[in-house]
Amino acid sequence: MSLATETIVSLRKRLLSKEITSADIVRDLAQAIEKKNPTIGAYLSVDTEAALKEAACADVSQPLGGIPIAIKDNINVLGQPCTCGSKMLAENYTSPYNAGSINRLREGGAIPMGRANMDEFAMGSSTENSALGVTRNPWDHERIPGGSSGGSAAAVGGDLAIAALGSDTGGSIRQPAAYCGCVGLKPTYGSVSRYGLVAFASSLDQIGPITKTVEDAALVLNHLCGKDQRDSTSLDISVPDFTASIGQEIKGLRIGLPKEYFIAGIHAGISAAVHQAVKQLESLGAIIEEISLPHTDVGIATYYILAPAEASANLSRFDGVRYGHRAENPVDVLDLYMKSRAEGFGPEVKRRILLGTYVLSSGYYDAYYIKAQRARTLIRQDFTEAFKKVDIILSPTSPVPPFKLGEHQDDPLAHYLADTFTIPPNLAGLPALSVPCGFVNEGGKDLPVGLQFVGKALDEATLLRVGHAYEQSTEWHLRKP
Amino acid sequence: MPKYITTIGLEVHAQLNTRSKMFCPCPVGYGADPNTQTCPTCLGLPGALPVLNLEAIEKTVLAGMMLGCSTPPISKWDRKNYFYPDMPKNYQTTQFDLPLCLDGGVPLYDLAYPKDAQKSIKNPGKVVKLTRIHLEEDVGKSTHSGIGTQLDFNRAGTPLMEIVSEPDIESAEEAFAYLISLRQILIYGGVSDADMEKGQLRCDVNISVRPEGQKELGAKIELKNLNSIAAVRRAIHHEVERQTEAVMRGEKLLQSTRRWDDDRGETQLMRSKEDAHDYRYFPCPDLLPIRTASIIERVHPRVPESPHAKRARFEQDYSVSAYDAGVLTSDKALAAWFEEAVAADAKVPAKKIANWVINELLGRLNEASSALENSLVKPTALNELVACVESGKISNTQAKEVFDEMFSSGETAVAIIKKKGFEQVSDTGALEAFCDQVISANPEKVAEFKAGNDKVLNWMTGQVMKASGGKANPKVLSELLRAKLA
Ligand SMILES: [Zn+2]
Repeated sequence: MSLATETIVSLRKRLLSKEITSADIVRDLAQAIEKKNPTIGAYLSVDTEAALKEAACADVSQPLGGIPIAIKDNINVLGQPCTCGSKMLAENYTSPYNAGSINRLREGGAIPMGRANMDEFAMGSSTENSALGVTRNPWDHERIPGGSSGGSAAAVGGDLAIAALGSDTGGSIRQPAAYCGCVGLKPTYGSVSRYGLVAFASSLDQIGPITKTVEDAALVLNHLCGKDQRDSTSLDISVPDFTASIGQEIKGLRIGLPKEYFIAGIHAGISAAVHQAVKQLESLGAIIEEISLPHTDVGIATYYILAPAEASANLSRFDGVRYGHRAENPVDVLDLYMKSRAEGFGPEVKRRILLGTYVLSSGYYDAYYIKAQRARTLIRQDFTEAFKKVDIILSPTSPVPPFKLGEHQDDPLAHYLADTFTIPPNLAGLPALSVPCGFVNEGGKDLPVGLQFVGKALDEATLLRVGHAYEQSTEWHLRKP
Repeated sequence: MPKYITTIGLEVHAQLNTRSKMFCPCPVGYGADPNTQTCPTCLGLPGALPVLNLEAIEKTVLAGMMLGCSTPPISKWDRKNYFYPDMPKNYQTTQFDLPLCLDGGVPLYDLAYPKDAQKSIKNPGKVVKLTRIHLEEDVGKSTHSGIGTQLDFNRAGTPLMEIVSEPDIESAEEAFAYLISLRQILIYGGVSDADMEKGQLRCDVNISVRPEGQKELGAKIELKNLNSIAAVRRAIHHEVERQTEAVMRGEKLLQSTRRWDDDRGETQLMRSKEDAHDYRYFPCPDLLPIRTASIIERVHPRVPESPHAKRARFEQDYSVSAYDAGVLTSDKALAAWFEEAVAADAKVPAKKIANWVINELLGRLNEASSALENSLVKPTALNELVACVESGKISNTQAKEVFDEMFSSGETAVAIIKKKGFEQVSDTGALEAFCDQVISANPEKVAEFKAGNDKVLNWMTGQVMKASGGKANPKVLSELLRAKLA
């Protein structure tokens, strides 16, 4: 059995007993990638040699010692590509520095291995917006893996990676994790350094792990969180040992079900799976309560004003002058800008830059941007109120199962609506976890369903505790495509 | 002919002299090889983030305190969007609606006006009101040449204060005085080196002209490419004339930006209002707003005396003229030098020391094209010299000779006086002997004096002086002679 199918926890045991070496894991992964990546398309590039070199001097006494971790292609690793799934950075860009999260992972002994495909600049929820290749859902190759961290989730779900880093702006870790049958965690805003994460929407972006189990997520999180002096929005708080909450019972834990989330539009199979999960949690001693998040209906609109506004400025630096795609034979500098950006960016990125530029324009700023900021405050207050009554909020991760590739290519709104449950935690800066909770059968294929737990700010410990308790009481996470 | 009123507001950009850049640890410097003082942040590489430079914030708050500004309790950072090749991110991180400093003003003192205008100051004691001071990042530098445009990002990210005045300035001379005074304050505060030649201080002028009696301001015309304070004066003169003539001709002026050509002495249209940017300001999500209370508390004790206050104090405490106080406080180091010289021995009159500093020291330094910091004459040494003159040890003429020597060799006054044998004999015992000698040798002169010829005293003093080898203290000597002849 290939080591690629294993979890961090199981590999750690075998590494420490010297039964295997880090290089064995890298080699098995390289083999799995060679075999499956041409179909799955999870990776855009893999530098096996570099990973083997790091494996050779891996310190397995470290908590993540010798464990390879796939990296979403928008997180800078010195000397590696960082394409962001875009033609803009595909041709000639090599990272000249390490992201804060990569430094943290390395401090824990992990080995960054492979660059995972993604929607261009993390804009999308299907990975179809990647300009550099198609990623397929390991459970059904006709379907999307979700996005924007689709490559990361497909790699973990398809056993082409042990674990992966993704980034989550409105669900980009949790939704693909749900679609690929993985665990996905978006930490509290500010708990993981954004330094070196190519910004999409700076006030919403957060890096987090995609893993095969909740315990693995806790292990990786231990070596992601922490203050980074180079990120002013990173929080100066001590990092607990998140694995300490693993295995604790959830008796008496209060779980809230937002009434606004369980209305029409949820796929029947998903609804059934989630209600089954609620029963399961009740049987574990959790207390289920109905709660209200009254401003849920404005979440998507708020997000699609604020995120593009920030993105429109964040992506201005891609102009063909200093790096990235540069148009040939421009007549002047304006022509260089326009051609380089027209050629370098794909349609979804252009759509969002236009949207963002529009909502920031003089005369529209108050009507859109300021109003959206107010709505964001209201959404945040909804959660604050709700968390006075409950410890955890539960919902489906996505209201619908993964689409077929190309199914909604010309309907961006259909994609946008699929983010209804994942966006509010980003707007409120809260941690959220997606855990497998069953399957729906579509066209003869079993497709994974994800259960989303939303926690209080900085209370990842409770999220991991409830996630682990639920996971271990089911067998969903053990199924392989 | 109707009279026309000129309204001028200035926007001054001053680079702060912090150790590192505004948002990254790169050093702030001038003259390094292109693109050697850069990092992912100031190059705007994908994923790099800004971190606030506390030193820059403190220096800006300090400048604000010196200028009488207030600092709002919360200050925040915004992005100003526009594309330009010298701007790595194609947005500038700046402050839009909550800047670090509000209000305040720049005092225009007489010496700050151009020399030829100091006699005819229209509004003596005027203080030009400020709107705000905010902190932002400087851009890189583009150089155009035959092979294309070269970009140097060493300057990109240098902390830059933008100091915006109210449209409170009436003439080119006031604008000149404003810049001189502001520059002096910035240098005094140690916040900026404010060297216009090095681009550390840059100035844009907003100017409009309207007929007297008209309430609303005329079309605002912005002048750019002003590379010296003198150029600002010339450009305003030209522009006032151009605009006034246009208005007199009945032309309607339009809001626009014009470029000053200092060689041709005229302004040229750069862009009209239609081309104005929509900067799409919005709060920078990478930087948290700052609470200023603790910064204000920390900076407050560090605020140095402003040149304005120092001038007043010098006039009061040292009984120097307004002009002398202006000269002495024109440079913080000079003022400190002077005060050190005064403090070395409080018995020596400060006014006398001031004269020596202004007339001799500054004159000599100027002749030698040397700076105060290189002066071999130290403050204590000047005090000693002046003390020698005051006590009558040496004459004024001798003192000047001694000073020359001090200036070139750095020796103390006492040593030079000794070496030159300038020490005046004030010891009455020694002088008495000389006097007796001269009196007994010239009985006929004594008789003449007694007969009422006072002039004889001068002749006899000369004789005693000669006998003493020129070392006799003339004052002591004449008193002694008078007593002996009485
Ligand atoms: Zn830098």
